[in-house]
Amino acid sequence: MASVETRETTYLTAIREALQEEMRADETVFMLGEDIGVYGGAFKVTEGFLEEFGPDRVIDTPISEAAIVGAAIGAAHMGLKPVAEMQFIDFIAPAFDMIVNFAAKSRYRTGIGAGLVIRGPCGAGARSGPFHSQSVESYFANVPGLKMVAPARAYDAKGLLRASIRDPDPVLFFEHKFLYRRIKEELPTEGEVLVPLGEARTHRPGNDLTIVTYGAMVFKSADAADRVAAEDGSEVEVIDLRTLRPLDTKTIVESVRRTGRLLIVHEAPRFGGFAGEITAQVCEEAFEWLDAPIRRVTAIDTPVPYAPTLEDYYLPGEEDIVSAARWLLAY
Amino acid sequence: MQVTRERRSLARGSGISPYQDGHLKTLDRRDMRSLYRLLWLTRALEERLEIIFKQGQVVGGLYRSLGQEATAVGCGYALSAGDWIAPSIRDLGALLARGIEPHDILRQYTARGTSLCAGKDNTNHFTVPELGILGPISPLGTQLCVLNGVALSFRTRREPRVCFTFQGDGASRTGTSHEGLAMAAALNLPIVVVLQHNRWSFGTPSTAEAAVENWADVAGAYGVPAVTVDGNDVLQVYDAAAQAIARARAGDGMTIIVSETYRMLGHAQHDAQRYVPDEELIAWRDHDPIRSFETYLVEFGFESETSLAEVRAEVAAALDVATDEVLAEPYPAPGEARSRVYGNAELDAAIPWTRGEVPGYEGLVTARPSATRGTTRQSQGA
Repeated sequence: MASVETRETTYLTAIREALQEEMRADETVFMLGEDIGVYGGAFKVTEGFLEEFGPDRVIDTPISEAAIVGAAIGAAHMGLKPVAEMQFIDFIAPAFDMIVNFAAKSRYRTGIGAGLVIRGPCGAGARSGPFHSQSVESYFANVPGLKMVAPARAYDAKGLLRASIRDPDPVLFFEHKFLYRRIKEELPTEGEVLVPLGEARTHRPGNDLTIVTYGAMVFKSADAADRVAAEDGSEVEVIDLRTLRPLDTKTIVESVRRTGRLLIVHEAPRFGGFAGEITAQVCEEAFEWLDAPIRRVTAIDTPVPYAPTLEDYYLPGEEDIVSAARWLLAY
Repeated sequence: MQVTRERRSLARGSGISPYQDGHLKTLDRRDMRSLYRLLWLTRALEERLEIIFKQGQVVGGLYRSLGQEATAVGCGYALSAGDWIAPSIRDLGALLARGIEPHDILRQYTARGTSLCAGKDNTNHFTVPELGILGPISPLGTQLCVLNGVALSFRTRREPRVCFTFQGDGASRTGTSHEGLAMAAALNLPIVVVLQHNRWSFGTPSTAEAAVENWADVAGAYGVPAVTVDGNDVLQVYDAAAQAIARARAGDGMTIIVSETYRMLGHAQHDAQRYVPDEELIAWRDHDPIRSFETYLVEFGFESETSLAEVRAEVAAALDVATDEVLAEPYPAPGEARSRVYGNAELDAAIPWTRGEVPGYEGLVTARPSATRGTTRQSQGA
């Protein structure tokens, strides 16, 4: 097999490239959001976009998240493919009405879909306090019609963003800000990187315990699994969900039926989090295969605090995952 | 209300038509007939809906536009093919002007499977791209935000098309309304917004929900021009709408038209509007938009009492047929509840049935694990 030429690409650059490539290939793709044009985006994801694509396709808007998402819906109705940026995903809250009542229900009510992407930086660990650190997926988990993506690797960030732009439904695309510049991978320089929505991936294979996770917690879980392997000799499988809705229940259930033990790790608070839904589905699909109770390692049920000591206490750590994994393996 | 009283006397006139210039010059006898038919059709269709509501045929609530028909009709009639309109709940006349049929409205209110929303949503919540109609949803103000995107697509494609929408004075108080207006103005979008000062939002008077005396003043906050019209005068409304549309089409941006009007009935059929002072209703009843237009048409020789009666009879006959036909149509099949949630049919098909059945996944081992499973736990527990 001929070797594929690659280039070191950060998670952030992968997102930028996905946007650029889709915009170059399809003139109906455009972006709107706060400070994305002249300034180039708060995290510089869209630096140079205004110059390349012009003001019709890179639109600086007022600080009006509801109006941003609303305009994206209307443009989608007219056959354009909007990518709306939330400067921080926390600011998706003012657009909640537009997303859950308008975008998510549009196809169902009227037959006219709203194929759009709402993307923005989520997640804690960057010492940014209660309003620049949240994980918002559970707010939207109970809304049929929406799709949700939370990539961990640069490859998936690129491939899933491209697929999201091409998707016929509203997609919430959660970029973990802690990964933006910390994750670097060799990505192919030629050929299309495209990852379909709705498919989880096995980040690390194993037969003794399944960890289901997503976003930045994929790497913490993998580190924990490596430690358990090195110190205890047990092989922990780490499944990176990649897409949260539609949820790839099949991959989760297959793994749990093989390992008999399940640990779910996420950064969002525990109560009403994705772990609860995954637990219920596994109980329905694989109860007889379980050799231990299902356990969750999540953030604590508080807002995201600011001080380093507080935030570290808030977030699930590698030690928490190792300890829960050992408990399950010993059960 | 002082302003409105003065304008009212204009419409009645004294033998001299006040409509000699502007866009009204382009209206001929046929247009006058069309406007009258639309006004009457709006009222007669709503009356028909009220009858079948009382018979228990309407599913859910019924919202009427009695007293406000002229604003909706005048605006709807001013738009061209290719333009888009986003009506509020009391703008039935605008939809009829855009080509929506009485059948469509009857089907919506009776939740028929044949309805534009396929029985999945009610009232006028339909979106019909072929007719340039963007439906509202119940949280008010959101529709304007979405219409901005439609207007944005016109601007991006350099198409000389215009968007038009309506808000009640109540709806104009929502956050999304303010955001939508601010963005439309900031991006100089080709939009016309009719602010219907109809005095009541459900059971609250506009004086209690806004410290606004002159509603045209609100336009100043967005940096756009506003014009105030007698909303019960269909020709005055048409003229203002046509001017604002021409301005938007020329690329000069948004205009707010304040329509001074009055909601003659309660919020919905269940609301007997006992909170409304009698003298207010009586005063506005004297300024009925249809009766004053009839007077105008006869006074200036466009119609006779007989020809107007013929129009009304023709409308009644059409509504008889439409009502009979629609009521004979079925509700949607129950299983349709799970269709078109997603753009991929396989995702709709995968929506789990939630009444206790476990779907199971094809390709998975379906046999239960052997009895040895669980022994770890037993041995550890022992």
